[in-house]
Amino acid sequence: MLGFIIQRILQAALVMLAMSALVFVGVYAIGNPIDVIISPDATQDIRAQAIARYGLDRPLWEQYFVFLGNLLRGDLGRSFLFGMPVIDLILSRLPATLELTLIAVLAATLIGVPLGIYAGYRPDSPVSKTILAVSILGFSVPTFWIGLILILTFAVQLGWLPAGSRGPTRELFGIQWSFLTLEGWKHLALPALNLSLFKFAMMIRLARAGTREVMLTDTVKFARAAGISEATILRRHVLKLISIPIVTVFGLEFGSTLAFAVVTETIFSWPGVGKLIIDAINSLDRPVMVAYLVLVAALFVTINVVVDLVYALLDPRLRPGAKA
Amino acid sequence: MTQPAAPLLEVEDLATHFFTRAGVVKAVDGVSFALRRGEVLGLVGESGSGKSVTGYSILGLVDPPGRIVRGAIRFEGRDLTKLSPDQMKAIRGRRISMVFQDATATLNPVLTIGDQMLLAVQAHERLSGRAARALMIETLAKVGIPDPPSRVKAYPHQLSGGMRQRVAIAIALLHRPALIVADEPTTALDVSVQAQIIHEMRELVRRSDTAMIWITHDLATVSSLADHIMVMYAGKMVEAGPTRAILKNPRHPYTRGLLDSVPSRNPRGVDLPQIPGSTPSLLRLGAACAFAPRCAFATEACRTAPETVTDEAGALRCHNPAGLAA
Amino acid sequence: MSSAPTDAPIVPVEVEDESRGTAPPAPAPAPAPVSPWRAAWAEFRENRIALAALGVVVAIVAVAALAPWITPQDPYDIGNLTLRDARRPPGYVGSNGYTHWLGTDASGRDLLSAILYGLRISIQMGLMAGLTALVIGTTLGIVAAYAGGKIETAIMRVVDLQLSFPAILLALVLVALLGQGKTQLTAALVAAQYAYFARTAYGAASAERRKDYVEAALAVPLSGARLVFRHILPNVMPPLIVVATVQIASSISLEATLSFLGLGLPVTEPSLGMLIANGFQYMMSGRYWISVYPGVALIVLIVAINLVGDQIRDQFNPRLKR
Repeated sequence: MLGFIIQRILQAALVMLAMSALVFVGVYAIGNPIDVIISPDATQDIRAQAIARYGLDRPLWEQYFVFLGNLLRGDLGRSFLFGMPVIDLILSRLPATLELTLIAVLAATLIGVPLGIYAGYRPDSPVSKTILAVSILGFSVPTFWIGLILILTFAVQLGWLPAGSRGPTRELFGIQWSFLTLEGWKHLALPALNLSLFKFAMMIRLARAGTREVMLTDTVKFARAAGISEATILRRHVLKLISIPIVTVFGLEFGSTLAFAVVTETIFSWPGVGKLIIDAINSLDRPVMVAYLVLVAALFVTINVVVDLVYALLDPRLRPGAKA
Repeated sequence: MTQPAAPLLEVEDLATHFFTRAGVVKAVDGVSFALRRGEVLGLVGESGSGKSVTGYSILGLVDPPGRIVRGAIRFEGRDLTKLSPDQMKAIRGRRISMVFQDATATLNPVLTIGDQMLLAVQAHERLSGRAARALMIETLAKVGIPDPPSRVKAYPHQLSGGMRQRVAIAIALLHRPALIVADEPTTALDVSVQAQIIHEMRELVRRSDTAMIWITHDLATVSSLADHIMVMYAGKMVEAGPTRAILKNPRHPYTRGLLDSVPSRNPRGVDLPQIPGSTPSLLRLGAACAFAPRCAFATEACRTAPETVTDEAGALRCHNPAGLAA
Repeated sequence: MSSAPTDAPIVPVEVEDESRGTAPPAPAPAPAPVSPWRAAWAEFRENRIALAALGVVVAIVAVAALAPWITPQDPYDIGNLTLRDARRPPGYVGSNGYTHWLGTDASGRDLLSAILYGLRISIQMGLMAGLTALVIGTTLGIVAAYAGGKIETAIMRVVDLQLSFPAILLALVLVALLGQGKTQLTAALVAAQYAYFARTAYGAASAERRKDYVEAALAVPLSGARLVFRHILPNVMPPLIVVATVQIASSISLEATLSFLGLGLPVTEPSLGMLIANGFQYMMSGRYWISVYPGVALIVLIVAINLVGDQIRDQFNPRLKR
């Protein structure tokens, strides 16, 4: 098992290397690399100085190694817009995005999966059809639209919840989190709800589809023939069987949810990494864009590795040394 | 047939129909038979004959859009068709068990053998962990699985096909049922393993006085196992009787055809005789005898479906039994 | 086992025809086989919601396609607009005599016309991106399935990697790199989606490839193109149709999101996303219609497409057949 883990981690490292090369090529070789370091409206002199200093007249592969070295040291350049090291910028915004995403994803799964199982167990009941209808809405309607409606309803018309920005924070493990304060939750409510709806709909549909399929298998028939109660069948057989595709999607969609946070953060003025990248794109703050890409790539690779491992944990057929 | 002891199971005019979008499929249409303790009934027929659905009907496992539309299934003094779902659930696995064809599909691949057996144990009895485990190990040993304690921790894919089916049989035997319905349990296995399991089941059944319905398409397998045979075609019984009598002197042309196509009955080097044609669609059964289009002995009389005639040799539904053709 | 009985032997196969002469009439002849498309349509019709959704989609597409001829006002003609008409509520009669059924936006555009044009653009983008992605993805998938070996692994690795990357991020990055404009946006949308088609086509083509008839066809060297078009494609089509419907809806949604963020089409061709974005700031002051109505139009379109796609998917899913 340990060997399996190590193997996966090594593969991940390889993929990261490939990704870094891709990002490098995309930014340095295609665009004008100097634009990543110096703002385009600097004078010719400064540009020439910078080119010499940053070794941009060196051969490409040498530059790549410098790039890689910097990366590993955590040096991702300086933001044009904010003037501070990009790594610091990102780290300061990361907790906001993380707490939003985690809460959204957890809520979506913990509520969505049971609802989906019910809908799959009794596919023709009116409750189940309603659940499905709601899920179609959550799935089809673009996130930004839901955000708008949420703000319109809860903030403008009803005035219950604030329309944006993050609440007060408290420290845990050296990082500031807003879910630790009550006021913080009021601010978290709408954006988290917004972000979670898409995932929620997806989880419902996934659980429903999986349950419907499993209920028709011989495994369930045999369990019924043994006199096992329907509740137990759902709990012990069905849940375990559908958990595999659900976990896979959960892991992959976590990354996607982080991506969609971009939209939610923009609408709700949530000071996270998502808003950072939108601002960066709009103002052509290249170092931030590069750093964001690298960060996202790293995140995805990590998620893939974790999902692989959890997959093996859940499905004994995938564990190494499976055949007796 | 004389029945000295009261039958354990009495099926009377059972009909199970499926109400599909395309029409009504009369999967089982008027089947009757009786079974005593310790007896083995071989239910023989091609796919589509209704043999599996008969088995499901007895266990109350017919999925919608199917439904038992008429008939009675009397078991231990009760009519199973009239029981509530909870009452049926109490019987399933405890008094009547079922074994399916493919153990790879019936065993849950993500649960250990022990976990699955435990679920079956706890479905009917509240046993302590140790007592449950003891029961599981004892039953596994009974079906011929070597080293049960280590097998209990294994996953289904770690066992061979024959072992998996034995586990399924063990689960069926856990609560010492009075009746086991086995739906093609050896069809998916190697021939050698088949023979083993048939032999073991025969011993098991004799020792514990369990009644068994062995559903199969292969006459050869039931010949050594069954006390009685019932042949089904297109949802109806066509011939029934003691095994020896049927094998020695089959009266229905279909039974004849089945027997004649058994390889061991034919000399080498000669083409195997086949029954021409194929099974009719169960959607479009008319008033005629369903087998007539394929029957070598069909006559005008076969435009109307024959009635069942019961005599000392068994039951028969045919206008022109083989050997007595006009 | 005893040997075959000596009385009346079973008649072997060849005599079948003669015995048929005395056989009773065969059961009623089976109805003529229905083509799979008609059967699929009949099944589709049974789900009334999906049917209604299909009707909605067709209606919207028709109206959007005819937009240049049926709208009361051309929203792109700046000359037509007067600021005096700006931000007016639904039902307002404008300075040019039209009744603005859905109100006007911040520049004085008739919202109804803007929405219809916006729908046109959204559908255009969705279809273009979707169909291009379909062609590219399917080609890649089928090539991977048949080339085998290193090509197969290479292609599928890239596809898998891309599948795990969220479409919106990819689109964002591409737009950032390539700049704004219709072609760039389409390219971004295609790049974000071809992977779904590739994977589906690959899966279906691989399954087909393993079937015996393909082995046989490959043994007789049947020209590759013929094999693909006449045999593989018909079998790969059903799952691709399902993916296509979902992806078209997804393209429309993605384009709207990008436009909303200001990264989509240029201001001169306001798509629905941009209309919504422009109206966002007015929501707080109660002029909700500027954002809400375009949003409703967008949602109705996407939900309808998804409903149709859902029904198609259920119909083609073999594991749900009873």
